[in-house]
Amino acid sequence: MSDKLTARDFATSQEVRWCPGCGDYAILKSVTKALADAGAKPESTAFISGIGCAARFPYYVETYGFHTIHGRAPAIATGLKLANPELDVWVVTGDGDGLSIGSNHLMHALRRNVGLKILLFNNEIYGLTKGQYSPTSRIGTTSPSSPSGSFDTPVSPGQFALGSGAKFYARGIDTDKDGMGHVLQQAHAFRGAAFVEIFQNCIVYNEDVFAGFTDRKDAASTQLHLRHGEPMLFGKNGDRGIRFNQDTWSLDVIDAAESPDGVLVHDESNAVLARLLIDLQLPIAMGVIYRQPAQSYEDAFYAHHPSRMERTKETSDFIKGPSSWIVE
Amino acid sequence: MNKNKDVDSIVIRLAGDSGDGIQLMGSQFAVSTALSGADFATFPDFPAEIRAPIGTTFGVSAYQINLGGGPITTAGDAPDVLVAFNPAALKVSLPMLHRGALVIINSDGFTPRNLTKAGYDTDPRETGILNDYQVVEADISHLNLEAVREFGLSKSEGNRCKNFYALGVLLWMFDRELAPVEAWIRRRLADHSTLRDANIKALHAGHAYGETAELAASLSQIELPPADLEPGEYRSITGAEALALGIAAAGELADRSVMFCSYPITPASPLLHRLTRLGELGVGTFQAEDEIAAICAAIGASYGGMIGVTSSSGPGIALKTEAMGLAVNAELPLVIVNWQRGGPSTGLPTKTEQSDLYQAVYGRNADTPLPVVSASTSGECFEMAIEAVRIALRHMTPVILLVDGYLSNAAEPWRIPDLPSFEAIDTQPVPKSAQDPQKQAFSRDALSHGRPWITPGMPGLMHRIGGLEKDIETGNISYDPANHQKMTELRAAKVASVAEFIPDQQVELGPDEGELLIVSWGSTYGPVYQAARKTNSSFLHLRHLNPLPKNLGEIISRFNKVLVPEMNTGQLVTLLRDKLCVEPIPFSKVSGQPFLINELVEKIDAINGDAT
Repeated sequence: MSDKLTARDFATSQEVRWCPGCGDYAILKSVTKALADAGAKPESTAFISGIGCAARFPYYVETYGFHTIHGRAPAIATGLKLANPELDVWVVTGDGDGLSIGSNHLMHALRRNVGLKILLFNNEIYGLTKGQYSPTSRIGTTSPSSPSGSFDTPVSPGQFALGSGAKFYARGIDTDKDGMGHVLQQAHAFRGAAFVEIFQNCIVYNEDVFAGFTDRKDAASTQLHLRHGEPMLFGKNGDRGIRFNQDTWSLDVIDAAESPDGVLVHDESNAVLARLLIDLQLPIAMGVIYRQPAQSYEDAFYAHHPSRMERTKETSDFIKGPSSWIVE
Repeated sequence: MNKNKDVDSIVIRLAGDSGDGIQLMGSQFAVSTALSGADFATFPDFPAEIRAPIGTTFGVSAYQINLGGGPITTAGDAPDVLVAFNPAALKVSLPMLHRGALVIINSDGFTPRNLTKAGYDTDPRETGILNDYQVVEADISHLNLEAVREFGLSKSEGNRCKNFYALGVLLWMFDRELAPVEAWIRRRLADHSTLRDANIKALHAGHAYGETAELAASLSQIELPPADLEPGEYRSITGAEALALGIAAAGELADRSVMFCSYPITPASPLLHRLTRLGELGVGTFQAEDEIAAICAAIGASYGGMIGVTSSSGPGIALKTEAMGLAVNAELPLVIVNWQRGGPSTGLPTKTEQSDLYQAVYGRNADTPLPVVSASTSGECFEMAIEAVRIALRHMTPVILLVDGYLSNAAEPWRIPDLPSFEAIDTQPVPKSAQDPQKQAFSRDALSHGRPWITPGMPGLMHRIGGLEKDIETGNISYDPANHQKMTELRAAKVASVAEFIPDQQVELGPDEGELLIVSWGSTYGPVYQAARKTNSSFLHLRHLNPLPKNLGEIISRFNKVLVPEMNTGQLVTLLRDKLCVEPIPFSKVSGQPFLINELVEKIDAINGDAT
């Protein structure tokens, strides 16, 4: 066996062409490190992307890669995964690619539970086309196509995913190495569609749109890092907690020292809890919010196929049809 | 028994409500005809609605079958026998009939209510409009109900047996065996013993009715000579069946699995249904969420090393267009089957047309050429599916296979091909590993311009592909202007190179030089062949539409006039003018119905008349 590969082994010689300071650089680092940490084989790994800034990703990873067309990466990746279920297939998409033009394919990949790791780089803006508001832009976003502020209600990627039947939903922040490392490892290990929303800072068209919770100096009090089976604590000394408010059917922040028994314990398999966590505004829930293992689409596909896609008969066994006759 | 021995071909039309089981009755009659050794061709003609309003003319479902000693290549022009289950069926079908045709009327269907719905002010049986025909009235509904009374069925259940009652009458008329149809009923209704027995009873009762004195006087039994077919083993086959088998056979010839990805659409869906039953041939089917996902999943499967195939009809093909461009640019193999139907937009979903030729040859953004082939008959869908896969794998390109709604459902006797005689389908050799896999992935064969099919999972060959323009040498992204010029020329040369591998065009009928040459493509083969034969005209039929066979221009140059009959407004005419600088005479038909032999003969005669 050769020596264990490092993150560097997963980097290509291609010149990376994202804007200097773009959050994508940090994500690329986290992904190549996660691949190395997971012992991924470059030849068995494929990155499939659509169109947008994020979609350049496959050129920068030393694996197989397919830069496809706008919004269709989940459909192409589904075909690839069916053709070769042994492959580690990653889909890289953005908020425009995945939730606007390609939302239909994303929905169906999620509800089918196709074994894809789907990374949605959410920067709440169209970057590659120069800054128009996107389906995740907040109401009032000023942009070249909404000079007086957008008025579309944005879509919540997490609610979209759960509503589509996703079995895995997690969140990370582009520059948060530890958080990203954890989330990517969990996604990689999931057998099914693992949907990861990454808050990605577009420094040109939507700078600091997530600064309210990504700013490092306040991170302890603005981010809630979830771990299955552990109490939902945050704050400088873990002094604050999340509880379920039975009167309003929502999540509240409480003083953890005062009422330790009131603090919720994270249960990844609880879809109702996941929906409340997705909507939590401050702190913002990070990590694996929902995970409910189920048979993957490719496993079901092969299990239902009469010969697991092998050729066990010949065309000549079928060619005569129900009846035939001889002409002398 | 008064047997008529002189008939060498006869056209039968069955017509009724779409809920009357006409298609089932017709297809079972076709099967029994096939087993009797007669040649035949069928034309199912049904409404777009699943259950159109009962009794209306637009709800009429019909099944036409032409049978006899052959060669039979069309479903026939004018029916010799009509079975009309209600007044609407009579009204729609009457203008098509031969004078003197036998008209079998289900008199139970001729209620005042049904007459009104069909738009008859007075009963056509009393107005004299049927005087030119040999009319037989039978209370089929009533007789059938009597026959199945012993089974204690509800009235509606009992009525549903009447197609088999009528089929029994027809089988008697044409001296066909009841056994195959009975066996089929036994299989189909294995779990419903009462319905099974009732339908078998209806079948036998209809047959007995034909034979008994009540009808024998007016229905002479017709015995057809066996067809003059090439020796061999035959079966009845529809285009959808043949195409499904062809795709599976192509997988076998290429030693690859096949992934068929599609979204339901009329009239393409029968291919999906057929392929789902061929799993053991290494065929997988994926019902995608939409047309775009269907072609994209097929591209993904091709990227993964399986033969990706998608299928649709015109509107769905339009949606797939962008992804076809991706497959062209990524140099991946793919087969796109288009079951053409009447348009534009939703158009006539259940009616046939050949109007997607422009779309196939010219219909993409940018300079995005791809090979286009077509099938002429139901049986030929088998060979052309193999041909499409062969081109796709040799040249590493998407290929469009044009078929149409008529072929999808039309059955014909098909000589079962000898599979070992088909050449294996080859791909370019894949290197073990490479210094520069990116470059290696785009090292193209000098003749076919096909690249090695390197797929994820192969060690040491990791590379990137995509929709962006790439360097002609290194395969890396390139925005270099001179390189784009070269790549555009390369893509054109690749498609043009297909012509080096396909057979020369043959003149199928008539002298290979002279005054008039008839040129056709696709499912018009049958009527055009017959019309050419009747008029002793020179005739050739195209299977390769892009590129055209290399010698086509030379053949055409030996004639003074070229007539192109097609079910569109002249799309092959445009293509020939564009590619060969010739000016053919167009003959268009866009009524949603196939050409009639006679209208073609008239056109040919008129042109020949002008010449003399």
